[in-house]
Amino acid sequence: MSTVYDGERGEFVAEPAADTVPLLAVKDLRVEFRTNDGVAKVLNGVSYHVDAGETLAVLGESGSGKSVTAQTIMGILDMPPAVVLGGEVLFHGEDLLSAKPARRMQVRGEGIAMIFQDALSALNPVFTVGFQIAEQLRVRRGLSRAEARKGAIDLLDLVRIPHAKQRVRSYPHEFSGGMRQRAMIAMSLALDPELLIADEPTTALDVTVQAQIMDLLRDIQRERDMGLILITHDLGVVAEVADRIAVMYAGRIVEQADVYALFRGPAHPYTEALLQSLPRLDLKGQDLKAIKGLPPSLTRIPPGCPFHPRCPRAVDRCHQEVPDFHPLPGDRHSACHFAHEMLVSGYPGSNPDKHSRGLSRGDA
Amino acid sequence: MNEPILQVRDLVKHFPVRVGVLFKRTIGHVKAVDGVSFDLRKGETLGIVGESGCGKSTLAQVLIRLEPPTGGTALFEGRDMFALRGNDLRRLRRDVQIVLQDPYTSLNPRMTVGDIIGEPFEIHPEVAPKGSREGKVRDLLDVVGLNPEHINRYPHQFSGGQRQRIGIARALALRPKVVICDEPVSALDVSIQAQVMNLLGELQRDLGLSYVFIAHDLSVVRHLSDRVAVMYLGKVVEIGTADEIYGQPSHPYTQALLSAVPVPDPALRGRREVIRLTGDVPSPVDPPSGCRFRTRCWKAQDVCAEEEPELITRVAGHPSACHFAEAHVVVGAERENS
Repeated sequence: MSTVYDGERGEFVAEPAADTVPLLAVKDLRVEFRTNDGVAKVLNGVSYHVDAGETLAVLGESGSGKSVTAQTIMGILDMPPAVVLGGEVLFHGEDLLSAKPARRMQVRGEGIAMIFQDALSALNPVFTVGFQIAEQLRVRRGLSRAEARKGAIDLLDLVRIPHAKQRVRSYPHEFSGGMRQRAMIAMSLALDPELLIADEPTTALDVTVQAQIMDLLRDIQRERDMGLILITHDLGVVAEVADRIAVMYAGRIVEQADVYALFRGPAHPYTEALLQSLPRLDLKGQDLKAIKGLPPSLTRIPPGCPFHPRCPRAVDRCHQEVPDFHPLPGDRHSACHFAHEMLVSGYPGSNPDKHSRGLSRGDA
Repeated sequence: MNEPILQVRDLVKHFPVRVGVLFKRTIGHVKAVDGVSFDLRKGETLGIVGESGCGKSTLAQVLIRLEPPTGGTALFEGRDMFALRGNDLRRLRRDVQIVLQDPYTSLNPRMTVGDIIGEPFEIHPEVAPKGSREGKVRDLLDVVGLNPEHINRYPHQFSGGQRQRIGIARALALRPKVVICDEPVSALDVSIQAQVMNLLGELQRDLGLSYVFIAHDLSVVRHLSDRVAVMYLGKVVEIGTADEIYGQPSHPYTQALLSAVPVPDPALRGRREVIRLTGDVPSPVDPPSGCRFRTRCWKAQDVCAEEEPELITRVAGHPSACHFAEAHVVVGAERENS
């Protein structure tokens, strides 16, 4: 067996066999928005991958580029103003960005499906929910009206909507928020996709309904061995469902790690600061450790590390040199000059107790 | 503990549901708030949690007299606030202020920040005589952590967190005693949320404010509140100190709510108790008879449909409106950080 240099891991590894190609790999994606107010550098080299049966959480605040990455994968970016400058979206190793429109159309729905945050605006208000689910089955699978309707009922059953037979005739406004989100999940599953991208699927929902929807997504994913990219800003949701996490900041991935390893000892100051700034249900609060300042404007990303103006550890080097997204022991990556130091010593201000708590999976 | 500054008793707010174009008929009422009682003590924070439609924002609007109540009383410093008129009412409006949820729609885009924060002084000139207003506005900007030089900027020149600070400065302009915070941080990003929560905490300590803190996020409420009331379909189902509510919840709804909150610690995955409610909140137009939670409750029995449980202390030392109240640890709230 030959060996190749794996840039992501930074070591020589056995050449991957054909069947170890990840389900989806995004490589060095660069996107900018050209508007009258200037050029916003929205994605500045985003790379991540997800395998079948795996849940990757993409965590970031508004404007970090997590949704734009998803829209680029799906090919639903508004162009203009968006311009894809470079990078690859490899689905089973096939680059979708250079694929023909017909092929992209085919992948959409059958290969990769997506659900959105606001189900009310994602559903068409003048058609019944059943019609909108059945439409895909008729157009893409060539089913008759009656067959497609039956398919829609089965799908509504699958997402645990009670009385699916009657509900299939309802309009979106007749559904509650949680039911609409279920209907959208049903729609995304119609063509049996291998990968589901869920963009903030529970942000608009109440907490008890959020729990129901996350349970549903997890069960469906397990049953179908589907890949799941969960885009969210909620560290709590991430901690409950994700296998791996990619943390985004100002259009870059700043840290990527196994979920247990990341929560035990983050390797990027931004991740650490996020974890410390959270109010927690099970811990009584003193003052929260807030992150000072604001995320940078994407039209004026600071030179060097984009996080340096808010980073407590920033030194001169951080002002000039953009840190590489480099590999660390334990199959994790960080874009911080001091990632190694953070992992070895813990971080000043981090809670040393955290390292002894919890499960000992991965690397700390 | 201090004496109560605000005493709310059996507060009711119903909105009529009307049909017809010319001859409107009332066919029912949305029972948004349906008999809510609580005390707010001086200098404390009372958290109010509940899901959308439970009536928590309507409660806020009634408490600042934006909406007239359908019934019930509220005493502010011993005086019935719903009976006030004229100058007394104006005086009340100085003392009770509100911070709204959405910093994007709650600021007039055509007014400068200075005008927005200074507008309360136009209505209450006794607080700040004309000449001193700009200085006061600058002070307020400084208090909420904004640059006083930005007094002539417009809201769109600020980020979400900064706008929420402007909203807080406006609420503080008249030196109120009670501030109603209606979801003040839920529209903000995580890293900004912590800044605004810290600011609210500091202001309370420095200015001796009392907060009614309304939110759907239980972690946020726990962080800021001394006492917590849990609302469901227009009623308070459980009320107590933050430790009692989070550590020993005794109403099934509180327990389910706490169980549903994701905890940012994967080490607890699979170790936490899962209580999943089925279905959705019933319509407040036609709430279930007896206990309103019974349609989603796993403990429900015949008595729950017939008899409405009173909000009284049964177990765990704090009032809970459940016939079968039973203290039950859900989140391990007293778990030490180790």
